[in-house]
Amino acid sequence: MSNFDMLYNFISGPLFIVAVIVFIGGSIYKIHQLISLVNQKEKFIWRYMSWKYSIRSILHWIIPFASTNWRKRSFMTIMTFIFHMGLVCMPFFLAAHVILINEAFGVSWWTIPDGTADVITVIVIIACVFFLLRRLILRDVRFITTPSDYALLTIAAAPFITGFLADQQCCYYRFWLILHILSGEIMLMAIPFTRLTHMLYAVFTRAYLGSEFGGVRHARDW
Amino acid sequence: MAEPAKNRIIDEGLDTGKERLTQERIDKVINQVLSGETGARLKAYMDTCVHCGLCSETCPYYLSYGRDPKLSPAGKVRRTMGEILKRKGKVDPDFIRQASEVASTECNVCKRCAMYCPFGVDSAYILLVIRRICHLCGVTPLYIQDTAHSHSVTQNQMWVKEDEWIDTLQWQEEDAREELPDLRIPLDKEGADFMYSVIGPEPKFLAGLLYQAAYIFNVAGCDWTMPSMPGWDNSDMAMFTGDNEIMGRNKKFHYEAAQKLKVKRIVMGECGHAFRSVYDVGNRWLAWANPPVPMVHAIDFYHELLSTGKIKIKEKYKKSVTIHDPCNVIRGRGLHDKLRYVIHELCENVIEMHPNREHNYCCNAGGGVINCGPPFKNKRVMGNKVKAKQCADTGAEILITPCHNCHSGMEDIVLYYKLDMHVKFISDIMYEVMEKPEV
Amino acid sequence: MADSANWDWEIGDKLVSDIKEWKASYNWVEEPYVSPDGEKVAAIVNTDEAEFNVCVNGKAWEIEEPFEKAWSLKFSPDGRLTALVSADMAWTVAVDGELWEEASDYVWDKQFSEDGKTIAVAAQQEGSYLMIKDDTPWESGFSFITCMTMSPDGKNTAASAQAVAFGQAEVFKFQEGCFTAAANGNAWGRNFVNVWNMAFSPDGTKLAAEVRLNLYDYTIAVNGKPWEQIFGCVWAPIFHSDKGTVIAPVRTAGAWTMAEDGNIIWDSKFAQVWHQKISPDGKKLAAIVAKGFGSWTVAVDGKAWDITFCDMVTDLTFSPDSSRVGCVGKEGDKYAIAIDGSEWDNSFDMAWGPVFSPDSKNVAAKVEKDGKYTIAVNGKLWQRMCEQAWEPVFSPDGSKILCRTVEDGVCYRRVVSINEMI
Repeated sequence: MSNFDMLYNFISGPLFIVAVIVFIGGSIYKIHQLISLVNQKEKFIWRYMSWKYSIRSILHWIIPFASTNWRKRSFMTIMTFIFHMGLVCMPFFLAAHVILINEAFGVSWWTIPDGTADVITVIVIIACVFFLLRRLILRDVRFITTPSDYALLTIAAAPFITGFLADQQCCYYRFWLILHILSGEIMLMAIPFTRLTHMLYAVFTRAYLGSEFGGVRHARDW
Repeated sequence: MAEPAKNRIIDEGLDTGKERLTQERIDKVINQVLSGETGARLKAYMDTCVHCGLCSETCPYYLSYGRDPKLSPAGKVRRTMGEILKRKGKVDPDFIRQASEVASTECNVCKRCAMYCPFGVDSAYILLVIRRICHLCGVTPLYIQDTAHSHSVTQNQMWVKEDEWIDTLQWQEEDAREELPDLRIPLDKEGADFMYSVIGPEPKFLAGLLYQAAYIFNVAGCDWTMPSMPGWDNSDMAMFTGDNEIMGRNKKFHYEAAQKLKVKRIVMGECGHAFRSVYDVGNRWLAWANPPVPMVHAIDFYHELLSTGKIKIKEKYKKSVTIHDPCNVIRGRGLHDKLRYVIHELCENVIEMHPNREHNYCCNAGGGVINCGPPFKNKRVMGNKVKAKQCADTGAEILITPCHNCHSGMEDIVLYYKLDMHVKFISDIMYEVMEKPEV
Repeated sequence: MADSANWDWEIGDKLVSDIKEWKASYNWVEEPYVSPDGEKVAAIVNTDEAEFNVCVNGKAWEIEEPFEKAWSLKFSPDGRLTALVSADMAWTVAVDGELWEEASDYVWDKQFSEDGKTIAVAAQQEGSYLMIKDDTPWESGFSFITCMTMSPDGKNTAASAQAVAFGQAEVFKFQEGCFTAAANGNAWGRNFVNVWNMAFSPDGTKLAAEVRLNLYDYTIAVNGKPWEQIFGCVWAPIFHSDKGTVIAPVRTAGAWTMAEDGNIIWDSKFAQVWHQKISPDGKKLAAIVAKGFGSWTVAVDGKAWDITFCDMVTDLTFSPDSSRVGCVGKEGDKYAIAIDGSEWDNSFDMAWGPVFSPDSKNVAAKVEKDGKYTIAVNGKLWQRMCEQAWEPVFSPDGSKILCRTVEDGVCYRRVVSINEMI
């Protein structure tokens, strides 16, 4: 077995499992921590939580252009939705990934056509560049940007950039492939422990604000 | 961060408070607030904010000060709570002074930014936590601190003594009898339908509003009362200084006055922040999930009087009017449609300003900012160029706003930006155009 | 409470006065008040422009000059009719038509001793604030008083008083402590940032009050000496009727509980604790509590009832034999009476505090339903729905109830057998 194969086997095998465990375990821990905090110190929150207003609020913000702020920032909205869709869909529906899953577990499902996947990847990378430029150019965004924001953007962009380069198979295929898997795993593990945690918390913060606005304030929050 | 502004504003409350503040006290307070008093909300908001800047343009300060990044909601959070967390609570008195100025005079806690944040991060809440820290450190702008002291002693905002309060009601009652001979302001009438509560400035400077309210209620045949005891004032600057204990104490007085009088509801005058305190914030500190006695804002009550025909309009108001939506009863209680019903019933020519309803810009006086007094007046007024433009664009002659702080704040804006308009309460217009009984 | 033994307890109805008829004699008749024994009904009446008098059973007080203003009409527990009146541009107290000699620039907050024999008011005289008890003012006044109180036996009066002058926005001077308590006009020797709601010891030698020591430390002070323990917040203290200790709700680490002389005495913690009461036999301590956010009930000796109300609980009352506790609870727009943890079947648009019979067996309360007032006994409504009703009074033997009502503009005094009502 070559060094590459050993490395490949390691990062796509044990390390991948570790990453998944860290991601799932970390996510459960973070959500549990949040709910415990509510129970310990802000129990009153339960009194105001409402399924109806939570869902109403989440829907208005999860659908592109359904909230005023999405409509006001149309380019940002398009970019952010494509970016997030790409981020969530590509790991699950990219043909190359599904093939690997099929090989490992014998299951498979619908996949994104390769051409489309390429386009999505490029757009996600463009979105990352767009986010980077926002952080560098827009004064208000630059002011609130911390070094960790660049790190997180790098973590989010890396799987796409490396994946794209690996996919082109032009040069250093193995190198990019290893980096691709590694960066994907880093991202998975980073989600519960960095500000990528918004993936977990957003639904709660949105639902809480939606409940307060709907049930108490009788006002729209979108 | 929390760097000093170019023209440093001198404020005795902040400056002397800072001089007296010890490092030991700061450490104790920050630990108490971060470990003891705050929980999931602060953690979730601070962990969830991705620093995207989508909140910037929601803030009138940011827009009015040439899109100064320091003044965006997330910018203000970064300069205050962001720094405290980054430095693990190790901040000095200078920092506390600056944080207090940011939280108390550069943010109206109007929650417009929360409404525009994709995640619903409530920056206003975070800045209120900062105010709480500063209160416990004894570093709060002078004038609003004095107001909180007034609340603590008198349970009203303006150091109005108990006899002055009752005497003022009786004086207004007497005056109004010139116009309506059997008019009454019934004091302590047990079992009345509603208790009418107002804010301290009404007996202090704006007694005419008590007259108008009494006149309207008498003509409408209301079964009402006003308390002679403390609790008549629903306002609450303690809520905005972070003095939660005094906030709770005042709300206890307010609701217990209503409980003693066995009224079914409390109708309150045209005030926004007071509504927030009695309806949403102060009651919660006391473990009342809902207002224990239903709270009805003046807008809601005028809507009831007009829609049931208890008050009829003789001739609609002719001058062109526009509406400023007060954050605390619109974004805070969704009364925008009722407000429009009332204004359209009273006025012939209504011109909307934009954005409006829940999307309105704050008057910049709210959240206790105007109560920080003269040292911060210029900063406040200059911080609302965007509102001035909104108003000017309507071309209306009259600006109606059913909120005391909005009223005072908008008067300052009208004056500073030389807008050709006058600011009025709904009751000013209702009193003018209603059908009055022949005497 | 007044001695009701001498009242007319014969079962039957009396027409006290036809209030409708009064209206012909006056420009207007204000809301009526009825005497504890139900024999008299009175109202402030307007006789002419800016001229007022008090009408009792259809007959106005015989006064030399009409009052310029009159308010706060109340019967004392011993049946005297009192009002705060302005005559000759000065304010004073009128008792059964007789004016106190002590004239003030303003008087308010009239209080009665438990037996009704003593009357006290707050007064302002040329900018000086003080209390006047039975026409005798404190020897000296203050620039500001609040939280006026009189001991139940009427022997002592007290208020929170400003002891040090401070100018507008002198916040740091204020924070050094400018307020004190004044018992019978004599200030404690120590000042606090704030002094609120106070209570006298049964023997009248001690005065306890809520105090704030700085912007954030709260405790109870007795005769000016604060408890050693500091709390996040406190509510009004009471004295234990037998032991003479001071008992107050206190907030510690964000939760409320009960303290006695500074020491926590309840194991349980609540989201709120207030309006504590000692049972007549001195053995139990009850309070209105919130078990959780928006979950209100009553706790006796720290043990909360199972039943809760989401909006509020008020009017906590012990039965005379100390065995029972009652209160008013509110849920949505409905008011209920709860006794010993069980709610009456009926709910009301408004309910007044429960009144126990002298033998503690029965409970009555004034209630409002569909815009009419009536009396409910043990949860059952009296069949008469009235335009107005006052709180029920049990006969000394507990077999009858005095119902004081206004029906179609006529004031009635009805003594009803308890058997007829339950």
